[in-house]
Amino acid sequence: MNFSPQLEEKFAKMLTAYPEGRKRSAVVPMLIYAQDEVGAVTPELIDEVARRCEVPPLQVDEVVGYYSMLHRKPMGKYHVQVCTNISCLLVGGMELYEHACKKLGIGHKEVTADGQISLEEVECMGACSWAPAVEINYDFHHHVTPEKLDQLIDGLRKAQ
Amino acid sequence: MAETVNLTINGQAIQAEKGALLIEVARQNGIEIPAFCYYEGLTLQAACRMCLVEVEKTPKLQVGCTLPVADGMVVHTESDTVRSARKGTLEFLLTNHPLDCPVCDKGGECELQDMVFRYGAGESRFTERKVHVDEQQWSPVVYFDAPRCILCYRCVRVCNEGMGVGALGVSNRGVISEIVPNRHDYLECDECGACIDICPVGALTSGSYRYQTRPWEMTHVGTICTHCGDGCRTTLGVRDDKIMRGNNRDHSGINGEFLCVKGRYAFDFVEHPERLQSPMLRVGDTFEPISWAKAFETIAETFTAVKARGGKFGIIGSNHTTNEENFFLQKFARQGLGTKNIDHHRTGDLGTFFDALSGKVDALATAGDLYTTKAVLVVGADLAQQHPFLSYQARANFRHHAAHIYAVTAGPVREDHQAVASVRVAAGGELGGVESLRDKLKAEGDLVIVFGDGIQGEGVRKLVAFGDSLGIPVKYVCLVDYSNSRGAFDMGLIPRDGGMSVQQMLGAKDLDVLWVVGANPLKNATLASPNAFVVVQDLFMTETARTADIVLPAASAYEKNGTVTNVCGEVQKLKQAVKVMGTKTDLEIMGSIAKEMKLNLGIWLPDKVFGEIRKTVQGYDVPLPVVDTGGAAPTMPLNGRVPALPGAIQSAGDTLFTSGSMSRYSKILNAVIESPGGLYRR
Repeated sequence: MNFSPQLEEKFAKMLTAYPEGRKRSAVVPMLIYAQDEVGAVTPELIDEVARRCEVPPLQVDEVVGYYSMLHRKPMGKYHVQVCTNISCLLVGGMELYEHACKKLGIGHKEVTADGQISLEEVECMGACSWAPAVEINYDFHHHVTPEKLDQLIDGLRKAQ
Repeated sequence: MAETVNLTINGQAIQAEKGALLIEVARQNGIEIPAFCYYEGLTLQAACRMCLVEVEKTPKLQVGCTLPVADGMVVHTESDTVRSARKGTLEFLLTNHPLDCPVCDKGGECELQDMVFRYGAGESRFTERKVHVDEQQWSPVVYFDAPRCILCYRCVRVCNEGMGVGALGVSNRGVISEIVPNRHDYLECDECGACIDICPVGALTSGSYRYQTRPWEMTHVGTICTHCGDGCRTTLGVRDDKIMRGNNRDHSGINGEFLCVKGRYAFDFVEHPERLQSPMLRVGDTFEPISWAKAFETIAETFTAVKARGGKFGIIGSNHTTNEENFFLQKFARQGLGTKNIDHHRTGDLGTFFDALSGKVDALATAGDLYTTKAVLVVGADLAQQHPFLSYQARANFRHHAAHIYAVTAGPVREDHQAVASVRVAAGGELGGVESLRDKLKAEGDLVIVFGDGIQGEGVRKLVAFGDSLGIPVKYVCLVDYSNSRGAFDMGLIPRDGGMSVQQMLGAKDLDVLWVVGANPLKNATLASPNAFVVVQDLFMTETARTADIVLPAASAYEKNGTVTNVCGEVQKLKQAVKVMGTKTDLEIMGSIAKEMKLNLGIWLPDKVFGEIRKTVQGYDVPLPVVDTGGAAPTMPLNGRVPALPGAIQSAGDTLFTSGSMSRYSKILNAVIESPGGLYRR
């Protein structure tokens, strides 16, 4: 499996960043960057990362199963992640998530029919001080209210 | 002893090695700290929370399995707080664990069941619906019932670390975490079943044992596996004269709990429908059942007549029969029949090996040495396929003691993963490969050299000379294939003093009698003598048995008492587990023929013959208490000068899933063949 020259360069550097014999440390970053480029963690991608990091494919598979930010199926162009862990939950995280479900007409890890927006109920993102928090792709949004979420989603629709 | 610390556990003053784990220190002092995920010899997991203990001056309960002991530590392992924590942990573990103990295979020997009995989390506050996942079959021998799993990771670790296979993993997290096989929905692995044995609950179950019986309904017979030469002790669970399972959960024997697919599952040949259960006499092109009395009479008459007229005997012994049987057979040949033509399928050059070691003390490595030596050199063998226990020992040595492993082989082997250096050589180039490691090996503290059948004759002498020249203590293992290959050689099933080899016997045109005891020399060969009277003792109608005039149904190793000698020269005792109707042990068969011929070859009881072996066979003066109590007694072939022998030496080239002519009669071994492992396959 080949990636873009930029990504290949990144991976080459990544594999030298860890101590001798610890290539497996590169599994998580490699998966995340590759997922952005490929669109999802496909079985071929798992085998490729396993080969590059010199671990059995099963160990890469375990990592994919463990981290919720790694997806086996492609998510939307905009991936909306709503936290419902304790801090966010206490200040309306669950209501926010349910609001998003209604607004988008999709559920957890589902994608809108046009493939543009996907939704995920995620665990703590480390933004408790600004709860409830929402992350869209790699951008954080703090103190989100249902109204603010509407605006954010509408903004995404316009941006298409 | 290294630096020590003083601590108190439950009011008991204890001195322990600094840095030792609390759970181990407690265990060594007779205090049990219960745990599911902690397992001696495997990496630490700290996943189950069962080993929580109270340490004074520490605010929270501590995890005993990862806590190193410290000076002045005061620990309570049975306080009310601890007991209630354990009860809570159990209640937690039981939230999704089904309460199907009455039908679960593990019921009665389940660690979770034991703990719930002890700490009594009989009532649950959990009212939600339990997560249920259907049972999965991963291979002919491995089934997985996810809801029973308590995620202790023992199976994952034993497969990864113990076996070096890494076929199991954990997918997802939280309540939907699940053990997964490496091929998505099935396993591609050694099929050893270690994961099943090590499972503290009934999540992983055995294809051949599941739903068959309850543990307390069986008697447990500790005997030695009859397949490869490693001499693993397998404890057979027997009910109603039927072997239900094989495992070694009591860690008895040299192998601890290790067993491969053959030791754990391949006992099923015992009840194969084609098992011979009556003596058979050739009538034209077919066989007719005859009585034992008639069979002995016919054989005795012919043997006596051929002996009287000075005819030619050829006798081929077995790699699987006991030392007693082999000893009796060669005595029968040499004293009873007056022939030197006795041999067996030799699978390693033990003759030259013993000769090369003449006068050396302590040059034979035991299976235990592979775990304690500083370095292991594997020459011309795929240990993981051919000698799985020796491979396991070297791997454990690498994990626990950072031993240096070297491999000189024809292709990739599992040892490469641990090896300091792997050298690839073509067949015949092994010694060159070994030479290239000289400087590295010289720097080792001590070394065990394990070599396959590619090294023979002068090659063995050169290898031993190489070992001598390193200037460090070197021990050796000359690999031989089967459960008593070593014993067959030691007992004298060899064509010394001008006797004929197997090949010479088969090639001779004037053989009057060919007597084959538990071997299949005609598998890929033909018998040149047209008029030879052929007697075969075997379990099955093998290619050789089909050419016989009389076939006698023999008992397998699981159906007899006696001793066998493993590849490392360690003598261990067999214990009869079952009886197959119609069969007799080879010793009884030979004794009966001798009696019929009116020969006086001594009493043919295993213990009596073993007594004679101890007195007369070089190196077999082993301590009886060791052997009698199920231990392994190393033999010492001092000055074992053996003259050069005629005949070929060749390993049968078995893999993990084959066992000579025997494997075709094991349903399990035929069901699981999937791993190629063909590096040295023939």
